[in-house]
Amino acid sequence: MALPNKPVGELKAVREPEVEKRDVDVLIIGGGMAACGTAFEIKKWADDDTKILLCDKAALERSGAVAQGLSAINTYIGDNKIEDYVRMVRNDLMGIVREDLIYDLGRHVDDSVHLFEEWGLPVWKKTDDGKNLDGKKGQKAGTLKSGATPVRTGKWQIMINGESYKRIVAETAKLALGEENILERCFIVEILNDKDDPTRVSGAVGFSLRENKVFIINAKVIMCACGGAVNVYQPRSVGEGKGRAWYPVWNAGSTYTMALRAGAELSMMENRFTPARFKDGYGPVGAWFLLFKAQTVNGLGENYAASDDAKAELAKYAPYGTAAITPTCLRNHLMMKEYKEGRGPIIMKTSDALKKLGETMSKKELKHLESEAWEDFLDMSVGQAGLWCATNTEPEKKDSEIMPTEPYLLGSHSGCCGIWCSGPDEDWVPEDYKWGYNRMTTARGLFTAGDGVGCSGHKFSSGSHAEGRILAKSMLQYLKAEGDKVVGFKETDQELVDMVYKPVYNYLDNCDYSTAEDVNPNYCKPAGMAMRLMKMTNEYGGGTATYYMTGGKSLEILMENFEYFREDLEKIAAGDLHELLRAWEINHRLYTVQAHTRHIQFREESRYPGFYYRGDFMGQNDEEWFCFVNSTYNKETNEWSLKKVPYHKIIAD
Amino acid sequence: MPSFVIAEKCDGCKGGDKTACMYICPNDLMVLDPNAMKAYNQEPDQCWECYSCVKICPSQAIEVRGYNDFVPMGANVVPMMGTEDIMWTCKFRNGVVKRFKFPIRTTAEGQANAYLDLKGKELGSELLCTEEADGTTLPTPQELA
Repeated sequence: MALPNKPVGELKAVREPEVEKRDVDVLIIGGGMAACGTAFEIKKWADDDTKILLCDKAALERSGAVAQGLSAINTYIGDNKIEDYVRMVRNDLMGIVREDLIYDLGRHVDDSVHLFEEWGLPVWKKTDDGKNLDGKKGQKAGTLKSGATPVRTGKWQIMINGESYKRIVAETAKLALGEENILERCFIVEILNDKDDPTRVSGAVGFSLRENKVFIINAKVIMCACGGAVNVYQPRSVGEGKGRAWYPVWNAGSTYTMALRAGAELSMMENRFTPARFKDGYGPVGAWFLLFKAQTVNGLGENYAASDDAKAELAKYAPYGTAAITPTCLRNHLMMKEYKEGRGPIIMKTSDALKKLGETMSKKELKHLESEAWEDFLDMSVGQAGLWCATNTEPEKKDSEIMPTEPYLLGSHSGCCGIWCSGPDEDWVPEDYKWGYNRMTTARGLFTAGDGVGCSGHKFSSGSHAEGRILAKSMLQYLKAEGDKVVGFKETDQELVDMVYKPVYNYLDNCDYSTAEDVNPNYCKPAGMAMRLMKMTNEYGGGTATYYMTGGKSLEILMENFEYFREDLEKIAAGDLHELLRAWEINHRLYTVQAHTRHIQFREESRYPGFYYRGDFMGQNDEEWFCFVNSTYNKETNEWSLKKVPYHKIIAD
Repeated sequence: MPSFVIAEKCDGCKGGDKTACMYICPNDLMVLDPNAMKAYNQEPDQCWECYSCVKICPSQAIEVRGYNDFVPMGANVVPMMGTEDIMWTCKFRNGVVKRFKFPIRTTAEGQANAYLDLKGKELGSELLCTEEADGTTLPTPQELA
């Protein structure tokens, strides 16, 4: 007799989970930089009896994109003009951005950076004679707030010793909000609409990753910021290494999917980010380009980006391609050209860069420089350091390959997909960019920040924190003005439990049918579904398989595959709580990457060459497509709607 | 480069109030086998190598082995967390060893100022709490199109 199948995880799922109900005024979903910003700010403005709850699927101390640490803060305005920050973002994102949101972020971001330093984040300083001091030695130069000079790698970036960046930020978030108001390892999976007014949100449902328990939460106002989307396209490493994504692999598109399903409008979901990074380890290249002034060459040893050919190619994409700083996507575009024409791979000349710097440096300074190069990896991408060790790569002696990654969806780094949000209610903001509450989505009472806010990239860690703080105030404004209009959702407790635990029922109902846990015709498992989703997007949706190329027919086939996939998700099975997490994450990934590719399908041009191409509509068509694309989804009817939305230029060229 | 637990060193945090690696892993990978009282990584191909488990383990029982689909064997990168600094030992495949020490924070853990006593005054303004307290004037764009 065959032994009964048993779940792989240690925390077995059961058919009848406990139900815990919460009734709060404010619900914060997420635990990264944005959510920590909200957690820090909100009680400063809330009445003493306002009930606030934060739910994080991980542990606040190390959740979100900054979990591992960072070696730089990429947005610090300092002596720059906020208007120039808007211009930089606009050019990098090929012209179509929300300048109100970007300007608004720019005027608040430094306040968060000053707090980080006060809280204990070591920030590098420049001495009067031009030397770099690390964050500990730099303390004697004073704080940024008191006027000390940071070490700039580019116009907007400053260097930090950021291994514990997230721990420091989480510490004040916890202190400010109170540990009793934070639920860790609680994965919220769906935001619920109000029964009297479905355009409004009124609660959310999720489950515990540590015990068989469903959380049903009534909330009058909600902030949802759970990062971007990773592993929605097949990664270049498909074995063990598929976890070594550039952006954190636990970003499952939850932000976009939950907002979309709650009725919020998404915007610029066609935008993606396929950063060029050190091959396989995905270590950062920013410091190498900006701090160490390293060059990249093609397989023939040519500085391809400086060639006449490259200049001619970039001229096709004027004014962006001919701007002083080449947009990120076009830098990728030039690389793709080398690969496709057989002149790959692309090599970063780390040895030349360090040799050149060494010409003007003492031995001690050079040693320090080497340490800086390693810290860049050890602070934020330890795996890259591991790969260098494993391949005997000392960067002063051996060069490294760089390569564009698989596509990621995000709104806080150098991408701008996300949710369509209100800007601040001020005179200089165009009428159709504001509807009362700063950073509120088009679903009333639902707010977002960080990766969630569309059309305003380049906020990074500091900007995400500041944005989380900005919306803390507007949520309370909404609560005061409209909180009593929130009645509650229509779903019963049992309906919600059945929805959240359906993958568990699917498992328990069918797991005895076959002798092998993962091969059973009556259900599908999350691990297999993850590979299935990534295969279809990779092949049809402009993944690495086709050098980011897609087209009308491919997208049509992809949509058909998505529909089979969506139907099959009804049969996804989870035998333990970890697998239940994965089952819901793959659900979130599906809707997010579907929004992404539907936007690509709708926008009949190639706005971001180097990130993706529509083979049937190559090049940019400013006459017809210099506009946003927004989408909505009706979860009752499974219908998508897409439309053009006008762009307004706010800041002069 | 998935994390792995050295069997001899792991005691399942039996003396603590929680299993440290299981508490901290951002991707819910580390899990305690209660019978063996040992932790393990239940889904190595979803490991981001963020080293959160390695850094937090009170027994230094967790290390990382390079992803088997692209990393040659034999190297090792090991952190040692202090209260103010982190020490890294990077061992190359060819035996070269490099050590680095970097600051991690300039305040004592738990001492960051969360401004617990600060209360904002004007909810209707666009100023954040510390901006208002500092008497900041809200900038508005001057170079309009």
